[in-house]
Amino acid sequence: MSNEHIDEISGITTTGHEWDGIKELNNPLPRWWVITFYITVAWALAYTIAYPAWPMLSSATRGVLGFSSRNDVKNEMAAADAAKAKYVTAIQSKTVSEIAADDTLREFAVAAGGAAFKVNCVQCHGSGAQGSAGFPNLNDDDWLWGGKAEQIQQTITHGIRFAADADTRQSEMTAFADVLKPEQIAQVSAYVASLSGPVQDKSLIEPGAKVFADNCAACHGENAKGNRDLGAPNLTDAIWLHGSGEAAIAAQVRAPKNGVMPAWVGRLGETTVKELAVYVHSLGGGE
Amino acid sequence: MLDQSQVERLEAEAVNSAKTRQPLYAARKKIFPKRASGRFRQFKWLVMAITLGIYYLTPWLRWDRGPFAPDQAVLIDLANRRFYFFFIEIWPQEFYYVAGLLMMAGVGLFLITSTVGRAWCGYTCPQTVWVDLFLVVERAIEGDRNARMKLDAAPWSARKLFLRVSKHAIWLVIAVATGGAWIFYFADAPKLLSEVVTGTAAPIAYATIAVLTGTTYVLGGLMREQVCTYMCPWPRIQAAMLDENSLTVTYNDWRGEPRSRHAKKASAAGQSVGDCVDCNACVAVCPMGIDIRDGQQLECITCALCIDACDSIMDKLGRERGLISYATLADYNANMAMATSGGTGPVNPALVRTPSGSFADGLAHFHLGKIFRLRTYIYLGVWSAIGLVLVYSLLTRERLELNVLHDRNPQFVTLSDGSIRNGYTVKLLNMIPEPRTVEISLHDLDGGEMSIVGIDQPASRSFSIPVEPDRLKMLKVFVRQPVEQIRKPAQSFEFRIDDTASSETAEYTATFNAPENSR
Repeated sequence: MSNEHIDEISGITTTGHEWDGIKELNNPLPRWWVITFYITVAWALAYTIAYPAWPMLSSATRGVLGFSSRNDVKNEMAAADAAKAKYVTAIQSKTVSEIAADDTLREFAVAAGGAAFKVNCVQCHGSGAQGSAGFPNLNDDDWLWGGKAEQIQQTITHGIRFAADADTRQSEMTAFADVLKPEQIAQVSAYVASLSGPVQDKSLIEPGAKVFADNCAACHGENAKGNRDLGAPNLTDAIWLHGSGEAAIAAQVRAPKNGVMPAWVGRLGETTVKELAVYVHSLGGGE
Repeated sequence: MLDQSQVERLEAEAVNSAKTRQPLYAARKKIFPKRASGRFRQFKWLVMAITLGIYYLTPWLRWDRGPFAPDQAVLIDLANRRFYFFFIEIWPQEFYYVAGLLMMAGVGLFLITSTVGRAWCGYTCPQTVWVDLFLVVERAIEGDRNARMKLDAAPWSARKLFLRVSKHAIWLVIAVATGGAWIFYFADAPKLLSEVVTGTAAPIAYATIAVLTGTTYVLGGLMREQVCTYMCPWPRIQAAMLDENSLTVTYNDWRGEPRSRHAKKASAAGQSVGDCVDCNACVAVCPMGIDIRDGQQLECITCALCIDACDSIMDKLGRERGLISYATLADYNANMAMATSGGTGPVNPALVRTPSGSFADGLAHFHLGKIFRLRTYIYLGVWSAIGLVLVYSLLTRERLELNVLHDRNPQFVTLSDGSIRNGYTVKLLNMIPEPRTVEISLHDLDGGEMSIVGIDQPASRSFSIPVEPDRLKMLKVFVRQPVEQIRKPAQSFEFRIDDTASSETAEYTATFNAPENSR
């Protein structure tokens, strides 16, 4: 080049660009840098050919490798299912008691059931299955409909007072506000409360026992221990679904709350219901 | 005895000398290190044999640990999260032993550097060792320095192609063997070898081999000294570790200068003449492409090959060895002061010699005592202290452990009889490769009883639990306390495990929660 200019201080040619007397030195780029740059360019081009990249009118090029993140997810799910398959088949072919008795299967079912519980059950029963007023605590040893693994499975499968399922657990406590006089309700409430703790007015207990025998014993039993066939709770223990104490008992006698739980088998399938049953059974109260 | 004019002068240029240093964007100038021979070269061969031997052979050593653990002496079992080192087995939570070893390596490096300079770089660094190995191959195939330079400058021919292909092929074989040896540290070596050969090993094994083959070939064969000069941070850190009492490879100007090819003529003319005959032997052997006579430089890895090269020339000339030698800066400065009359004039080697030609009495020489100074004592002390702590903790560490995690959701459950139940996840760690049965028991909780999920036994204060060898056993434990015996909302109590056979025990203090109004 005829107009090549060499910087006097550094002895390096300049690019000819000049700003306010400052000229740009024409230092070559480091070779490794140039090589790396061309490799990245080549890589980028190859990448756009191999993977979906170039936008077209209505979609984009699919790439010669046929990669799709949806397929990846599908494959990963299939792989996960395949990995679980041997446990799932075993769970399908065994009863819940058999599953609970087998260390490996129980561990698997507890993990799977725990996951299903977190999605489907925590809304009512709480994230620790501890329940709340009106929603039973599944950790304790008090069961309205039975705490054996099979009974729990039955409850989850068909629900409680769930109209859409013919095999649902069914019972209904009468509203005694129309049947009993207010003082009778006070008496029977005092009697029931006295079965598990102290009451304020002990004189109410004796007449209350008579009211109980006439009206309540049919379902709750003569000794008030409840009846699981009817989902009638044990009234002598420390666990109160709708609150403890005379006032809460009286409220329940006057206008009982009858909780509803949906049937889950249609939605979750047999296997998940079994896993849930094993999980709930393992929470500590299982019989 | 040779006259100095008979010493061949090598056409060697120090490509990495500060004087001629190329800008960073310029292409690398190739270095063709000449073969050196002498004490340090011998020592380096020995170090190379030992370090390569350790690297390649260690995975093949066997160590019997019984039927429940692998028999490979050194094994990093990532899949099962175990690290085996001869009689030591480390679980992941004991990784601090490795951290301790790394600290010892760090302080050890301080110690070594403060005493003998960059000995790590010059002798034992894998980069140095593999470059040395690759140079052996290069020399065997293409010849020594001059032959290699000639070949490099020659146009392509069948012979050149053949030599180059053979060299790179052998380098690649070494690189594959290097990458290949690495993976054997992570799985049973004989089994993995047969898997690798038959193509049935895990993809990660092949990927690891490929990556390490690539790095070995590129770093050791192609990049060589550039790795030390441009990529490695250590030279720059190490330079800060040196002090005036550290040994480094030093050109002793005080006896070498003024260097001259024509000493006789010069001394006849009344000029002072040093021992250096400017033969460039030190430059020709340097794998880093520097001229040690320029003084201490960042690039110098102190491989000491220039000492060997210079010593052999000095032997030929009948002069004392050590024109280039391991010396401390303090000694060098003292001798320089002597040779320059306290820095007032140019170097006059006559000042450091007696009239008869031997060295003057006042010259500073290195002696072993100089290694022992406060700094090295401190490094040695710290290094030994860490080592002793590690050994002590290794000898007294627990091989039976207990971890307890209290359920938080719910914290407690009221049962139908009013008693309170708490749930715990209990982990029993049997850290020996033998099965054993441990007794888990409950202490300091009035009336407390436990039941364990999956163990069909009535509630009790203790259970016998079989634990598999070298495994963690996880138990879901429910502890129940009658309401009358609950003393406060949060009671501390103990889980204990006992192995009656070995009389090992482990304890864990846990909390039992109860509602405020439970009594």
